[in-house]
Amino acid sequence: MALSDLWFVLIAVLFIGFIFLEGFDFGVGMSLKFLAKDETDKRMLINTIGPVWDANEVWLITAGGAMFAAFPHWYATVFSGYYIPFVVLLLALIARGVAFEFREKFESAKWVKTWDWAIFAGSILPPFLLGVLFTSMLKGMPVDADMNMHAGFFDFVNVYTVVGGLAFVLISYLHGLLFVTLKTEGSIRTRAKEAALKIYWATGVVMIAFVALTAVYTEAFANRGPILIPLFAVVIVLYAFLHRLIAKGREALSFTVTGITLIAVMASFFIGLFPNVLVSSLDSAFNMSIRAAASGDYSLKLMTFVAFTMVPIVIAYTIWSYYVFRKRVTADVEHLDY
Amino acid sequence: MEEVLLSRIQFASTTLFHFIFVPLSIGLALIIAIMQTLYVVKKKEIYMKMTKFWSVFFLINFAIGVVTGIFQEFQFGMNWSTYSRFVGDIFGAPLAVEALLAFFLESTFIGIWIFGAQKLSKKVHLASIWLVSFGTVMSAFWILAANSFMQNPVGYVLQNGRAEMNDIVALLTNEKLWVAFPHTMFGSIATGAFFVVGVSAFYLIKKRQVDFFKKSIGIGLIVGLVGGLGLAFTGHSQAQYLMHAQPMKMAAAEGLWQDSGDPAAWTLIANIDSENRVTTGRIEIPYLLSYLTYNEFSGKVLGMESLEKQMIEKYGEGDYIPPVKTTFWSFRIMAGTGGALVGASLLGLLLLFRKKIAASTWYLRVMIPVIFLPFIGNSFGWIMSEIGRQPWVVNGLMKTADGVSPNVSAGQILFSLISFSTIYAILGIIMVVLFVKVIQRGPEERKQKDVSVTDPFNVGGVSNGSK
Repeated sequence: MALSDLWFVLIAVLFIGFIFLEGFDFGVGMSLKFLAKDETDKRMLINTIGPVWDANEVWLITAGGAMFAAFPHWYATVFSGYYIPFVVLLLALIARGVAFEFREKFESAKWVKTWDWAIFAGSILPPFLLGVLFTSMLKGMPVDADMNMHAGFFDFVNVYTVVGGLAFVLISYLHGLLFVTLKTEGSIRTRAKEAALKIYWATGVVMIAFVALTAVYTEAFANRGPILIPLFAVVIVLYAFLHRLIAKGREALSFTVTGITLIAVMASFFIGLFPNVLVSSLDSAFNMSIRAAASGDYSLKLMTFVAFTMVPIVIAYTIWSYYVFRKRVTADVEHLDY
Repeated sequence: MEEVLLSRIQFASTTLFHFIFVPLSIGLALIIAIMQTLYVVKKKEIYMKMTKFWSVFFLINFAIGVVTGIFQEFQFGMNWSTYSRFVGDIFGAPLAVEALLAFFLESTFIGIWIFGAQKLSKKVHLASIWLVSFGTVMSAFWILAANSFMQNPVGYVLQNGRAEMNDIVALLTNEKLWVAFPHTMFGSIATGAFFVVGVSAFYLIKKRQVDFFKKSIGIGLIVGLVGGLGLAFTGHSQAQYLMHAQPMKMAAAEGLWQDSGDPAAWTLIANIDSENRVTTGRIEIPYLLSYLTYNEFSGKVLGMESLEKQMIEKYGEGDYIPPVKTTFWSFRIMAGTGGALVGASLLGLLLLFRKKIAASTWYLRVMIPVIFLPFIGNSFGWIMSEIGRQPWVVNGLMKTADGVSPNVSAGQILFSLISFSTIYAILGIIMVVLFVKVIQRGPEERKQKDVSVTDPFNVGGVSNGSK
C-alpha cells in the first residue's frame, strides 16, 4: 500500500470520525427546536453535548488540515471550487460555536431565542452542505486540465445532492435523538424515543433513495459494487431492525446502528472515489488520482509518523472524556457554577 | 487584479481579528492555571474564586478564538489555491500537526475543565487547565512554524513545480521560528497579564473587593513584567535576525532608502516620501541602529535601493519594495507599546511592594486604557511582519499576486468578505458587551436566575449546559 493510499484512508477515517461524533451533536442541536418544551429541557439537551461538541468538531478541522498536508491539490481544488458552500458552512459553524457560549449570558427571552436559532441553523446546515459536497464530488464536478473547478449552481444543487444532504441531516437527527435517549433521564428521554420512532420512516425512505440515486448518478456501484453492495445491504438490514430496537428501549444498540449507518454512508463516498480523489464531469482524463493529488514521500512519511503517534493518544483521552461524562444528565444535578 | 486585493484584504482582516483573541486566550489560560495551582497548593478559597472570575472572560474569548480559527484553516484553499498547491507539501504539515497536537487537546480538556469540576479530583481538574494552556502554546508553535517558512523558506526542495519538504529538522529549527515563537509567547503573556491588571485597577478605584483584586493585580503585574521584559529581549533578537534574513523588511522599517552611515543612527520618527524615495525630518538616536543590528557601536546598514538592485539581479525586473510607511510606523507603534508595558509593570510592582497600589488612583486610572496596548502591539507586529514581506507570499519563492485562486471570482470573494466582516463585527461587539457586563457584575454577586424554583440550574458565566 502506497503512503498516498494510506493517507486517503486516514482522511476517510477523519471524516468518518467527524460524522459519527459530530453527527449526534448536530442531531441534538436540531432537537433543540423540536424536542425541548422549556428552558430546562434545552439545558439538558445542550448539556448532553456540552463537554464534547468542540472536540468533535476538531475532527473536521483536522480532516481539512490533513487534506492540505497530504493532498495539496485535492485541498486546493475542493476549497476553492466549493467556495460559496464553504462560506455558508463556516458561518454556520461559527454561529453554532459561539451560541453555546453566549446563549445564557443575558436573561432576555429574545436573546436566548436568537442563539437557539443559531444552534439550530448551525446544526442543520453543516450536515446538509457536507452531504451536498460529498455526493457532488462522487457524481463528478467540472474539474479542468489545470485541476481547477469551475462549478455552476446546478453542479451543486440537483436531485442527487439534495437527497444526499437530506440523508446526512436526517440520519444525524436520528443519531442525535438516540444519543439523547442514552444520555438523559425523565420525560425528555421518553420524548426523544417517540420522536425517533416518528422520524425513522422518513429517514429510511431518504436513505433508500440515496442508495438508489448513487447507483443512477455515479460510477460507484459500477466500479466498487463488490464492496458497496454488501456494505449497503448490511446497513439496510440493520436499519430494518432499528425500529424494533428503539421501541424496545435498546438505546445503546439503536445508537450503534445509526452510528454504523453514518459511517457506512461516509465511507461509501471514499470507496466510490477510490483510486481518485476527484471525478471530472468534463473529461475522465481530468480525474484527479490519489497519486497525482498527493504530497511527496518525505512529507507523507513524516505525517504518517505523527499520525500514528498522535491519533492513538487523541483517541485515548477522547474515550476518557466520554468516560468522565458517562452519567446521564438529569434535571436536578448541581453543576459547578463558573 | 481585484481578486488579489480582495483576498489580501480578507486575509488581513480575518487574521488580525482572529489574533485579537489568540494572545488573550494564551495569556489568560496561563494566568488561570497559575491561580488554580495556587488554590490547590495553598488551599485558600480566594484563589478558586479568582480562577472562576477570570475564567468567565477566558471562556468568552476562547469561544470566539476557536470559531474564527476555523476559517484560518480553510482560507488558504479557498482564496489562495495556487499558493496551497505550491506549498501544501511543506506548509500543510505543520497545520495538520497543529490540529492533531493542539486542537484536540485544547477542545477536549476545556470541556473536561468546565464540566468536570465535580467529577474529577482537584489535581486532575487542575491538570486539565494546564493541558489547555499547553495546547494553546503548541497551537502557536505550529502555526508560527508554518508562517516562519513563508518568511524564511528552509527545509524544502523545488520539484514537481512546487516546494516539497525534505528536511523537517531544518523546518523546526528555522531561525525565524525561534525568534518569532518566544516573541509571540511573551506578547501573549503580556496581553493576558495587562488585561487582568487593567480590570483589577477598575475595581480597586471603585473599592470593590479590594483584597481579591489586590491579589489579582499582583499576579497580573508579575506576569506582565515577565511578558514585557521578554518582549523587549526577543524583539531585539528578532530585529537582529531580520537584518541578515529579511534586510528589505528592516530597511523599510527604518525608512532607509540609501545605505546608512557608519555608525548607523536609529530613527525615532521621520517623514517618509515613497514617491520621491526620500525620508526627511528624522529625529535620530546616534549609534543605536548599529547597536541594534550588530550589538556594537559601528557598522552600516544597507538601504532599500541597494537591496532592490540585488533583488532585480536575482529575480528579474519587478517592484521589490514593501509599503514603507506601513512597515516603518507599525514597527514604531509595536516597539512603543512594548516599552510602555515594561514601564507600567515596573511602576506597578514598585507601588505594590510599598503597599501603595490600592491608594494610587492615578496609576490605576492609567492602567485601564493600558489593557489595549498589548492588542495594538500584537496587531502592528503582525502588520509589520506580513506587510514587510511583500511582494512575496513565500519569501523569494512566490509572489503574493501569484498565489490566488484562479477559479474564484472577485464577486465571490466580496460575498465572503462581507459575510465574514459582518459576523465578526457582531462577535466583536458581543464580546465587548459581555465583558462590560461581567465587569459590572463583579465576582461578589452569586448569580441566581429568577426562574421557577424547580429549576436548580445556576446561571452565570458558565453554568451547566453552556460553555
